[in-house]
Amino acid sequence: MAWAKNILRVNLTKGTCTNEPLNMEWADKYLGQRGLATKYFVEEVDPKVDPLSPDNKLIMTTGPLTGTSASTAGRYSVVTKGALTGAIACSNSGGFFGNEMKNAGYDMIIFEGKAKTPVYLFIDDDDARLLDAGEIWGKSVWDTEDWIKEHHQDPMIRVASIGVSGEKGVLFACVVNDYHRAAGRSGVGTVMGSKNLKAVAIRGTKGVQVKDYKRFMEATAAAKKVLAENAVTGEGLPAYGTQVLMNVINETGALPTRNHQTVQFEGAHAISAEAMVEPRKSDGKPNLVRNGACFGCTIACGRISSIDRTHYTVAERPQYQIASGGLEYEAAWALGAATGVDDLDALTFANFICNEQGYDPISFGATVAAAMEMYETGVIDDKVTGGIELKFGNERALTELAELCGRGEGFGAEIGLGSRRLCEKYGHPELSMAVKSQEFPAYDSRGIQGMGLTYATSNRGACHLRSYTVASEVLGIPEKTDPHSTEGKAGLVKAFQDATAAFDSSGTCIFTSFAWTLEDVAPQVDAACEGEWTAEKLLEVGERVWNLERQFNNAAGFTAKDDNLPARLLKDAAKVGPAKGLTNQLDKMLPEYYELRGWTSDGVPTNETLNRLSL
Amino acid sequence: MQRSLVIDPGKCTGCLQCELACSYDNESIFNPSKSRIKVFSFHDKGRFVPYTCTQCDEAWCMKACPVDAISVDAASGAKIVSDELCVGCKVCTVACPFGTVNYNADTGKVIKCDLCGGDPECAKACPTDAIVFVDANWTGLERMRTWAEKTDAGQQASA
Repeated sequence: MAWAKNILRVNLTKGTCTNEPLNMEWADKYLGQRGLATKYFVEEVDPKVDPLSPDNKLIMTTGPLTGTSASTAGRYSVVTKGALTGAIACSNSGGFFGNEMKNAGYDMIIFEGKAKTPVYLFIDDDDARLLDAGEIWGKSVWDTEDWIKEHHQDPMIRVASIGVSGEKGVLFACVVNDYHRAAGRSGVGTVMGSKNLKAVAIRGTKGVQVKDYKRFMEATAAAKKVLAENAVTGEGLPAYGTQVLMNVINETGALPTRNHQTVQFEGAHAISAEAMVEPRKSDGKPNLVRNGACFGCTIACGRISSIDRTHYTVAERPQYQIASGGLEYEAAWALGAATGVDDLDALTFANFICNEQGYDPISFGATVAAAMEMYETGVIDDKVTGGIELKFGNERALTELAELCGRGEGFGAEIGLGSRRLCEKYGHPELSMAVKSQEFPAYDSRGIQGMGLTYATSNRGACHLRSYTVASEVLGIPEKTDPHSTEGKAGLVKAFQDATAAFDSSGTCIFTSFAWTLEDVAPQVDAACEGEWTAEKLLEVGERVWNLERQFNNAAGFTAKDDNLPARLLKDAAKVGPAKGLTNQLDKMLPEYYELRGWTSDGVPTNETLNRLSL
Repeated sequence: MQRSLVIDPGKCTGCLQCELACSYDNESIFNPSKSRIKVFSFHDKGRFVPYTCTQCDEAWCMKACPVDAISVDAASGAKIVSDELCVGCKVCTVACPFGTVNYNADTGKVIKCDLCGGDPECAKACPTDAIVFVDANWTGLERMRTWAEKTDAGQQASA
């Protein structure tokens, strides 16, 4: 029930696809998706493995609710050892691919080994086969998806694939499904490319069952009502998307600008949600075409955008004069405020390219920002950049690099190293704004203290989706805390981390947590799944998953020293705005966090903690 | 009062809750591939368009059926397929100009929208009112109201 209780194991070296039953004992302890796939991964893979070697594995995984009518229940994740980070990676995506995988009868697909030549996995319910990808290797995500649907003469196939950047080893490549939904971070697409696996194409027609339909319909209806009546999930996100945050975070003085040199961006309004709905001069239409939903989502925060047809990026290129995935807040920040570019159409174009060629706009924009700082301070010059004038605010440099990075060519290939490797290469590691080699998202931890601890302790490197304390510190959800204070933040971060891991393991979207608590999730999981599922049990699953990920990272060679922030955030105070004069006070929060976690002062879970969590 | 499904693609976000509700009501399982209503995503235009049977008065499917397996439900006006009588010949799927009658290979019968006995689940499941179930004689009422308001506002402004 809810679980398909079936795994597909694909050995790319041997070219075999075999079914095996899902380990239900583990399902009871790790629920699904992020938790359950991580359990499989750590049981099967040496933590010291080179992420790009055939010995690394890659798991595509659904949650038990995936494919049901619970709101947002279409999620799937890609779990592997990240190419960018060398840490456990779990990148979550919406769209319609996860639902299709579940409908074909699979909880997860485990890829191991490496194909001799490029292949794609084709699944038609029980029929799973590896097919030659010779004709699509070298194609973009968009062309790959079109080719597969035409080749199999089936427009209802759902596809997840990598673009050219993933083939060429850009270290922050994504796996993109449904043209513009992405398992975006940590270089999961790079791992897929290293296995010569171009795409996974699925047609699923079996359906998804739940344990108790009557109770499930009641629980999901009640939970949908909670989302509809909440100001964030019922009004803000549908109307403005995550971009509703741009002006809010800028006013908070926590919008990292020009590689975190300052915390407010004078061009914030020009790249905000409000700007996306303003009619433009050329045709009177706004950037935002409409909002779009992922499978089963009653929030529908997704942006569908178009670029001004007279803009330099598309004027001569009709193939980009379309409606496609528009700017989400993190992408708008990384492509915009981080690089000092305030041209909405240039950012939208760069975002299209990120989707088309399959790479992470956050790491890309943040790495371009670091390169811009090196260029402006004379560390690198035109010879290095191939003649690109890499100054902050230069939109043409941004869009040119977006295309080069997408093809893994020229200086775009160096951007594809990510900021840590790029800045080390040119002798300035301090200019990389990253934790565990993964670039920060769009919140400056000098102005939002809890996010400093969030980033430092995130198991997949700097990330906002592991404990979004912005909800509490800025938006007042579930209750307002002072963003400038470190008091209570260790507990706040732990609580958000554990709850988030539980949401992620269920198959629902973390954005529901603006309105839902685990008290809203539990009745839905309980009605769908065998066993008894309470909010307490879900929270315990979340804490168990967090510690399991931590154990993997420790075994991979990470230590407490890696739970750190760049010196810029710890030593250079914010120069403007409400947080003026503040640095991030990580040292005041980290020891308390370790203690609350039941870890030693070196960040290692104690035996007592492991026993308590049955690890 | 007879009611009709009215679909406004401008309000549809493409979430497929209608397909989930339809498949659950008809097949007792969440399975969009067995839904009688389909949402089409014209992804490069940013359009999502739900589409299903409009319950023609002179229904081609019904007239074409050689075994009289399709009948009219007097109360709802729905054209309903009898699984008992249907022989799976698929002539109705050819006859329907709109493609809304389809064959289900798992059962060997055809499937189409039956308005759920007069209380369609798709309309109830739609989170944005892109699918509503309204007076069959006044399916244009909401659109008329919108334009009436706009016309009146224009007149007031020019007065």
